[in-house]
Amino acid sequence: MSKIETIGLSVYYGDGTVCGLKAVNITIEANKITALIGPSGCGKTTFLRALNRMNELKGAQTKGKVLIDGIDIYNGKVDVIQLRKRIGMVFQQPNPFPMSIYDNVAYGPRIHGQRNENLGTIVEESLKKAALWDEVKDRLDENALGFSGGQQQRLCIARALAVNPEIILFDEPCSALDPVSTARIEELLTELKQEYTIVIVTHNMQQAARVSDCTAFFLMGELIEYGKTSQIFERPKDKRTEDYITGRFG
Amino acid sequence: MNRGEVAEKLVKAGLLGAALISVAVLLIVVAYIVLKGVGTINLEFLTQAQYRFGRGGGIFPQIIGSLGLVGVCLLFAVPLGVASAIYLAEYAPNNLVTESVRFFVACLAGIPSIVIGLFGLVFLVYYLHLGVSLLSGGLALGFMILPWTVRASEEAIKAVPQSYREASLALGVTKLQTIRRIVLKSAYPGIITGVLLGTGKAIGETAVVLLTAGSGLESFLPRSIFDPVASLPVYVYLLATTGNTSEQLERAFGASLVLITLFLLMSIFALVLRDRYFKRMRGRGGG
Amino acid sequence: MSDSAQRCAGAFGSFRGGLAERLVEKLLFICALSSILIVFFIIAFILKEGIPVLALGPDFFFGMTWKPGQGQFGVVPTVLSTFIVGIGALGIAAVIGIPAAIYLAEFAPEWLRALIKPSVEMLVGIPSIVLGFFGLMVLVVFIRDNIGGWGECILAGWVILAVMTLPHVISISEDALRAVPRTYKEASLGLGATPLQTIRKILVPNARSGILASLILGMGNAIGETMAVLMVIGNPNIPWIPSSVLEPVRVLTSTIVIEISYVVWGSTHQHALFALGVILFSIVAVLNAITTALIRKGIRTGCR
Repeated sequence: MSKIETIGLSVYYGDGTVCGLKAVNITIEANKITALIGPSGCGKTTFLRALNRMNELKGAQTKGKVLIDGIDIYNGKVDVIQLRKRIGMVFQQPNPFPMSIYDNVAYGPRIHGQRNENLGTIVEESLKKAALWDEVKDRLDENALGFSGGQQQRLCIARALAVNPEIILFDEPCSALDPVSTARIEELLTELKQEYTIVIVTHNMQQAARVSDCTAFFLMGELIEYGKTSQIFERPKDKRTEDYITGRFG
Repeated sequence: MNRGEVAEKLVKAGLLGAALISVAVLLIVVAYIVLKGVGTINLEFLTQAQYRFGRGGGIFPQIIGSLGLVGVCLLFAVPLGVASAIYLAEYAPNNLVTESVRFFVACLAGIPSIVIGLFGLVFLVYYLHLGVSLLSGGLALGFMILPWTVRASEEAIKAVPQSYREASLALGVTKLQTIRRIVLKSAYPGIITGVLLGTGKAIGETAVVLLTAGSGLESFLPRSIFDPVASLPVYVYLLATTGNTSEQLERAFGASLVLITLFLLMSIFALVLRDRYFKRMRGRGGG
Repeated sequence: MSDSAQRCAGAFGSFRGGLAERLVEKLLFICALSSILIVFFIIAFILKEGIPVLALGPDFFFGMTWKPGQGQFGVVPTVLSTFIVGIGALGIAAVIGIPAAIYLAEFAPEWLRALIKPSVEMLVGIPSIVLGFFGLMVLVVFIRDNIGGWGECILAGWVILAVMTLPHVISISEDALRAVPRTYKEASLGLGATPLQTIRKILVPNARSGILASLILGMGNAIGETMAVLMVIGNPNIPWIPSSVLEPVRVLTSTIVIEISYVVWGSTHQHALFALGVILFSIVAVLNAITTALIRKGIRTGCR
C-alpha cells in the first residue's frame, strides 16, 4: 500500500541558483523502511524536508505534488501543524530541549492538548518504544542534556513518537553517534516499522543495506534509481548508481 | 639579555600597566566611596527621611524612589524591548523596514541622556501633563534603556540553537508556541542579563531623573505614580554640589555607597548569569 | 476538488489558530516600530522647542556671548569648550586605552583577561554621578593643591571623562585587533619580525578603522556625558573661551542641566536650552554615524 507519493516534486531555494530537487516521482510504501542515499548535497535531505514542509522554513519554493494517503499536502487547505503531527522527524544531531527527559517527551502531547493524567502513560510508552525506558525510568526528571549522544537520539525518537505520528522521517540519525549507539538505533528502526512508515536519509551505504526495504539513489537533485534495496545494491540498473555503490565517486 | 629583549620587556610592562589602569580606577573609586560612606550607614540612615536639606535624617524615600523609578522603567522597557527583539529575531524579513528598526534602535542608544531628559520634560511632563512624577521619570528612563533591552534580548534569542526550533516545529507545534515554550525559555537568562545591565544604568542615571521625576530631596513617599519622587542620584548631586556642611557630605557619601552597592550587585549578578548561560550554550556542542 | 478539500479538512484540519498567530506577529511588529517612533518623537519635540532660538541664525550659531538675562544666546564659547573637553579626554583615553587593548588582545594570559574585561565593563556602568562626586572630592582637591587654580577645571574634566571613555576605547579596539587575521601575524613573525614590530607594522595598521571607530564613539560619549563632567569643570556664570587647562568652563550638557531648573517655561531662554539640546544631539549623531561607517568599512575590508 502506498503511503507517500510525489509527483513532479521540485524544490528551489530563494536565489534560484542552489540546486534543490528536480521533478521527483516516487512512491513510498507503508510499514517499510525506505532509505535515501547519495553524495552530500544531492537533495536527499531536501526531499525529506519536503515531506513535512520543513523546507518552507528556509524559504524554499516547492512545485509538484506530495500525496500522503492520497492528499496533496501542498494544497492550500492543509494545515501544516496537523501535517507535522502526523509526520515525525528525527534530526542529524540529537537535539533534545534543555529540559527534563519527561518534559521532552511530554512537550508535544502537552501542547496538543493531552490532559496531564494521560501524560505519564504516553511518556512511558514512547520511551519504551524508543528502547530507552529501562535506562531512564529512574531519572525522568534529569536534564536531557546530561545523557549520552545515543540516549539523546533515542529520546528524540521517543519525543517524535509521543505525538502519535504515522510516518517518521530520519535525517542521518546516526551520523553523530558511536557504532554501539548506531546499532541500537538500527535495531530500533526495524522494530518501529511494524507500526510506522519510515524514511531515512543516510550517507552510510552499509546502513542502508542493513536496515532498509527500499532504497532511492539521488544525484544532483534528481532521483536516479529507486527499487528494492537488494536490487539496488546487487543489480543496479543505472551506471551512476553502480558507480556510487561501488565507491567510484561520492 | 640584549637591548632588543629589554625593550620588549619594557614595552610589555607598559602595556600591562595601561591595561591595569581601568581595574585600578574601578577599585580606587569603589574603595574610596566605601571608606567614606560606610560610617554613615546605619539603620536610621536607611529607614528615615531627610530633614533640613540633608543635614539630618536618612535616605529611605530616596531608596524607595530609585527602586520605584527603576520598576516603572522596567515595566515599560522590558515587555516592549523583548517583543521588539522577538520580532527582529524570529519574524523579521530582511527588508528595509527591519533594517530601519535596527538602525533606529542604534540611534536611540546613541542619544545622550540629557537629551532624553529634555524630551521627557517637554513630552511627558508638559505635553502629556504627567507632571514631574514617578511615571514621567520611569518612562523617560525606559526610553533610555529600551535599546539595550532590545539588543540583549535579540542576541539571547539568536543564541538559541536553530535545532530546538526545528525539533519543536517538526512535532506540529506552532511557531508562536515554539517561541513561547522553547525559544524564550532557553533565552531568558540572556535576556535577564541584558535587563540587569540596563537596570544598573537606569538606577544610576541622574540627568534624566533630575528633569522628569523630582528634586531628590522629597522626604515623603509618593502616594501615586503621579507624585514626584526622590532618588539616590539626584540626592547625591544636590548634596555634593550645594551642600557645605560635613553632615551633608557624609550623607552624600552614604547615599553614593548605597547607590554603588545596588549597581555592583546588579552588574555582578548579570555577569555571573551571562557567564553560566554561555557556558551552558557552548556545552551543547553544536547540537 | 471540493471532495478532496473536505478530505483534507478531515485529515489535516484547517487553519486552526492561524489567525491568532498572525495577530501576534502584527503586535510584535508594532512593538518593534516603537523604537522608531520614540526616536522620531524625540527629534520632533526637541527640534520644535529649539526652533525659536535656532531661527535666530548667526546670532545663535556664531554668537560669542551667552547672557540669557539680556537675551543673548551665542553658543560659540559653549560649543568650543565642549570640543576642548571632549577631545582632551579622548587624547588621554587613547594614550591609555589603545596600549591596554593591545595588551589584552596580544599578551594577556587568560586569567588576567578574565579579571580585566569585566572590570572594564563595569567601569562603563558606574553611575556617572558617583564618578563625578569622586572627582569633586579627590581630583579637584588634588589639582587645586598641587597644580594650581580653582581645581574645578578643564583638566579635571579631561581626567574624569577619560576614565568614562576608556572602557569603550579598550573594548572596541581590542575587538578590532583580534579581528586581524592570524595569518598576517604569523607571516610577519615567520619573516623574523619581533612581536612588537609585528604589532606596529601589521596589527595596528590593519585594525586602524576599528580603533578610530572606538575613539570617535568615545568622543561621542564624552560630549554627551552630563553629570560627571558637570561636577568637576566649575561652570562659570558666563560661558567663555578658556585660555588654560586650569580654568573652569561650561559645556553643552552642564549648561542645560544648570539652567533648566530655573527657566520660565515658554521663555526664549527655555527654547535656547532646547536649541543647545539640538546641537548636542546633532554632534553626537554625526560622531555615531562616522563610527558606524568606520566599523562597516572595517567589516568590508575583512579586518576591522
